[in-house]
Amino acid sequence: MSAPSPTILNLPDQSTAQLPRRNFINAEHGLLSWLFTSDHKRIAILYLISITFFFFIGGAFAGLIRLELLTPQPDLVSSDTYNKFFTMHGIIMIFLFLVPSVPATLGNFLIPMMIGARDLAFPKINLLSWYLYVIGGTLTLTALVLGGVDTGWTFTAPLSTHYLNTHVITTASAIFVAGFSSIFTGLNFIVTIHRMRCPGMTWFRMPLFVWAHYAASILMVLGTPVVAIALVLVILERLVGIGVFDPTKGGDPLLFQHLFWFYSHPAVYIMILPGMGVISEVVSTFSRKRIFGYTAVAFSSVAIALFGFFVWEHHMFIMGVSNYSALIFSLLTMLVAVPSAIKIFNWCFTLQQGSITFETPMLYAFGFMGLFTIGGLTGVFLGSLGMDIQLTETYFIVAHFHFVMVGGMLMAFLAGVHFWWPKMTGRMYPESLSKLAAVVTFIGFILTFMPQFVLGYLGMPRRYHAYPPEFQVLNVLSTAGATILGIGYLMPMIYLAWSLKYGAIAGDNPWQATGLEWQTQSPPLTENFIEIPIMDHEAYDYDWLEHKTADEVTHVG
Amino acid sequence: MDSAIATTQAEHGIAEQQHEHVSVPQHRHHFATPEQQREAGSFGMWLFLLTEIMFFGGLFFAYLLFRNWYYDAFVTASNQLSVPLGAANTAILITSGFFMALAVWAAEVRKQTLLVLFLILTTLLGFAFLGIKADEYHEKYEKHHIPGASFDTSQFINPAAYGLSEKPLAPDAAQKTQLFFFLYFAMTGMHALHMVLGLGILFWLMIRAQRGDFSSGYVAPIENFGLYWHFVDIVWIFLFPLLYLINRHPLAH
Amino acid sequence: MGISPVLWQFLVKWLNASALFPREASTIAPYMDSLYFFLIAITLVGVFLVAALLVTFSIRYRKAVHPVATQVEGSTLLEATWTIIPLGLFLICFVWGALLYFRIYTPPANSSNIYIVGKQWMWKAEHPGGQHEINALHVPVGQPIQLTLISQDVFHSFSIPEFRIKREVIPGRYSTVWFEATTPGQYHLFCTQYCGTDHSAMIGTITALSPADYKKWTEQSTSGMSLAQNGERIFASMGCNACHTGNAAARGPNLAGVYGSRLRLTNGSDVLVNEAYLRDAILNPSQHVTSGYTPIMPTYQGQISEDGLIDLVEYLKNLISNDRVQQTLTTSQSGQAAPQASGVVKP
Repeated sequence: MSAPSPTILNLPDQSTAQLPRRNFINAEHGLLSWLFTSDHKRIAILYLISITFFFFIGGAFAGLIRLELLTPQPDLVSSDTYNKFFTMHGIIMIFLFLVPSVPATLGNFLIPMMIGARDLAFPKINLLSWYLYVIGGTLTLTALVLGGVDTGWTFTAPLSTHYLNTHVITTASAIFVAGFSSIFTGLNFIVTIHRMRCPGMTWFRMPLFVWAHYAASILMVLGTPVVAIALVLVILERLVGIGVFDPTKGGDPLLFQHLFWFYSHPAVYIMILPGMGVISEVVSTFSRKRIFGYTAVAFSSVAIALFGFFVWEHHMFIMGVSNYSALIFSLLTMLVAVPSAIKIFNWCFTLQQGSITFETPMLYAFGFMGLFTIGGLTGVFLGSLGMDIQLTETYFIVAHFHFVMVGGMLMAFLAGVHFWWPKMTGRMYPESLSKLAAVVTFIGFILTFMPQFVLGYLGMPRRYHAYPPEFQVLNVLSTAGATILGIGYLMPMIYLAWSLKYGAIAGDNPWQATGLEWQTQSPPLTENFIEIPIMDHEAYDYDWLEHKTADEVTHVG
Repeated sequence: MDSAIATTQAEHGIAEQQHEHVSVPQHRHHFATPEQQREAGSFGMWLFLLTEIMFFGGLFFAYLLFRNWYYDAFVTASNQLSVPLGAANTAILITSGFFMALAVWAAEVRKQTLLVLFLILTTLLGFAFLGIKADEYHEKYEKHHIPGASFDTSQFINPAAYGLSEKPLAPDAAQKTQLFFFLYFAMTGMHALHMVLGLGILFWLMIRAQRGDFSSGYVAPIENFGLYWHFVDIVWIFLFPLLYLINRHPLAH
Repeated sequence: MGISPVLWQFLVKWLNASALFPREASTIAPYMDSLYFFLIAITLVGVFLVAALLVTFSIRYRKAVHPVATQVEGSTLLEATWTIIPLGLFLICFVWGALLYFRIYTPPANSSNIYIVGKQWMWKAEHPGGQHEINALHVPVGQPIQLTLISQDVFHSFSIPEFRIKREVIPGRYSTVWFEATTPGQYHLFCTQYCGTDHSAMIGTITALSPADYKKWTEQSTSGMSLAQNGERIFASMGCNACHTGNAAARGPNLAGVYGSRLRLTNGSDVLVNEAYLRDAILNPSQHVTSGYTPIMPTYQGQISEDGLIDLVEYLKNLISNDRVQQTLTTSQSGQAAPQASGVVKP
């Protein structure tokens, strides 16, 4: 028994440790072996590289936006250019980063391993998903290079159909294609989870990460086709001009809103649920405890997915919808907020009676819990009809969704990347540097987005290139925060890349975690397991882990 | 008790011997058993069809909305569609679906010649459907009923001049017929696109069936494609009454 | 509100002074702000609770002092607690918000109407008396004002943060919102729905004036013709008076007094004749045929601008008798010179 240290990190003896001789990374060599792989883990790495690439492009646009907003005057770029900045920022961050982030990288990598399978149900479709993503991303970059698009990420008709001459069709096609990437990923996950669980892996023995992805996959599969058809209609309207959204021809501009938001609201749950799955894993591991209220957390994921389909009109409360429909959707919005609250409290109470350590993934998880609470509760502001009148279409909305998406989802993504980095690469990242990055990110985030809540109530509209001078101080604070936030995001890029060559060898299970993925080598074999495991214990069973470790014969790696 | 997971290299060889070797060449090794593979494939196809329902659903929703708002214009426009041709297409597609079902049966009882025959019949009828559709589209083109710059509403404003016994529409209502035709082309066009893709897959399946790929118990691609083809059939069965039969009375025409 | 007015004043003034909070300049603003403070309060309680749990548990159960975790499956009681209490709080927010929403979007009966037309990238305000403003709106204090809004092109949104009102401005249909200004002064007007290049330039100034000042302003700013008078001119020049003569045998229904009445249409439905109905009937007449008449009215889609439609609607709202209709008809149909007697036809 060693003296109690403030970390549970358990690395093998570095003087003798080596990466496993055979693993999924060195199983085959050459670029083509990666580009034509059917290994879910390689596809996950392909996704990780691509979404990081798009993240930094989207982030660059964010930087340009905040730079322009330092001064009240529209003095950095022209209005059309500024409109393109926020449009591209939104499209890239939502469709090319957030939607695929956790599912396509961590989900792809881990779900088969977590349920004891050798791969997803349809590995070739998984690869197709990645290619569709790349095509969608390339089309987006094409639109960008050709001059950009300035519809806003929401493509509101009739602006996008009749009043702009930018590259709307290219971009709409890009998102259409990327949407199918998402649909196929979700389809793959659902079939895998239903049909490929190893013997003994009942639904309620699965890690909550898997439950979260299952719920998100339902949303991906059922919601994305509707935005696909909405975009098809926008494209057709631009090409042919038949008037389905044009009131002078008998069409209805609100029809587009309904079709668009029918997907785009579930989309936000597609984005956040996998992140919540990550948090469950991290909180459990770093408090050495089964998640408090496992069943409640599992069911709340599915509840969020189901309720999430019935609240889309809350994006349209002031758009002349019937007052009575607004009542129904406001009520449902309040209901959908409850499962998220349940999860937060369950995670908090997982800490109780635990044995808590504060490694980087846990720091990001704490950041998530605090920031998502704020972001989620500000959602209640917006779901409350009368309050929405003052707050909608202002910077309050911008602050709200950045709190849940960046303060929530992006932190969860970073938590997950750090948590599973040793599993995916076999190497540890430098802990003190990563802790610093987490803290810098947290501080930068608060400074960037807290002032925006105030700006919103003061009335500053969103998507504004210029603003009244009295809003400048708050905007300057926000831009200052954005600079710090940017540093916080650059740091992991640098030290994670560094760790690939110089990081400590991680070993099978550096965090002493309970999931099936941690019971094999790091990086894993291409086939994941030499023999399909038999699940004979509950999820998060730390007693089982303790006995297993005690019984295990130590061997040379 | 054995450890839940074998981790050493030494145990690897023993594990492989214990692992049953499956005989079907199409067996994908990430599946534990062929049954698992077949069930997964079938489940995947059902899920995909669910996404297709959501996809078409958006168009159906738009159609229902505008039909509700502009009933008269939709009725008049719908009367432009040929019920005999549409009914023929319905019969053709249902028969095509019947042959596809027979193809699935033939694959299951491993009758290769019959399987190929039924696939061919399915394909031929599919082409017949598309041929009639092309003819209908061409007729719309000639009458200037394709939405866009060349759309002409004069036939709806003054049907008597064209020898039609329709109720004339006021000019503003006549404008709304363009919405009907847009939805007609969008919905039947999207349907036809799915049929074209299906026909492409049918060719490939025919080639594989001829090679004998499906004559030894491996029927999943035929079964799953059958699901897809039946789905395409069902979409048409919804489209036909909605688009062609809006106000047709059972006895009069 | 449940807190003392003195405390409220202090809170609001302090927040205004620190530029964190907009002025309360309408009757609805205190209601909006009190809901806002309630929501902030429950957010602070929620965040502090979560933070307190995280911090307390982290300290109490950190590995150094609690090396061995005790497995706890869960607690149905706790689950019920943190399901029911948040749900209860959120439902309070729902009810309160719903009441406020209905209040803001249900204008009182005595409100006076001003039309707003939004187009890329400016606001046009049209007072019934004929005063036209661009990117500005003058209103009297202490009088409920209803805005009837429409867009000429894309979605816009009319927002006056200091009045706590906002409404989407939609192409193809009217939307309405109302407010009652309490304090004379100048307030921001913003377009809050992204509408293209100069979205952030589509701003203006709302000027609230005391009733006396407002009266002076209306007298000074009129262009001479009220909206209704302009509407009458359009009614005649577009030939509406040819069918809507007001005679019993006329081809079109009598429009005098039709505004506010219930009308039976040929398709059997009953409609309330309001601004939206009148506008729609001009643009899509075949769907709004009064029972007993044939659908022969041509559509004016594309021939009359939104401003013109507003003029016509105002004209019809104020139309009580058909005398002037028939007089203009006589004039426009006859080949004679205009009558010598004054007051018969206004240019």
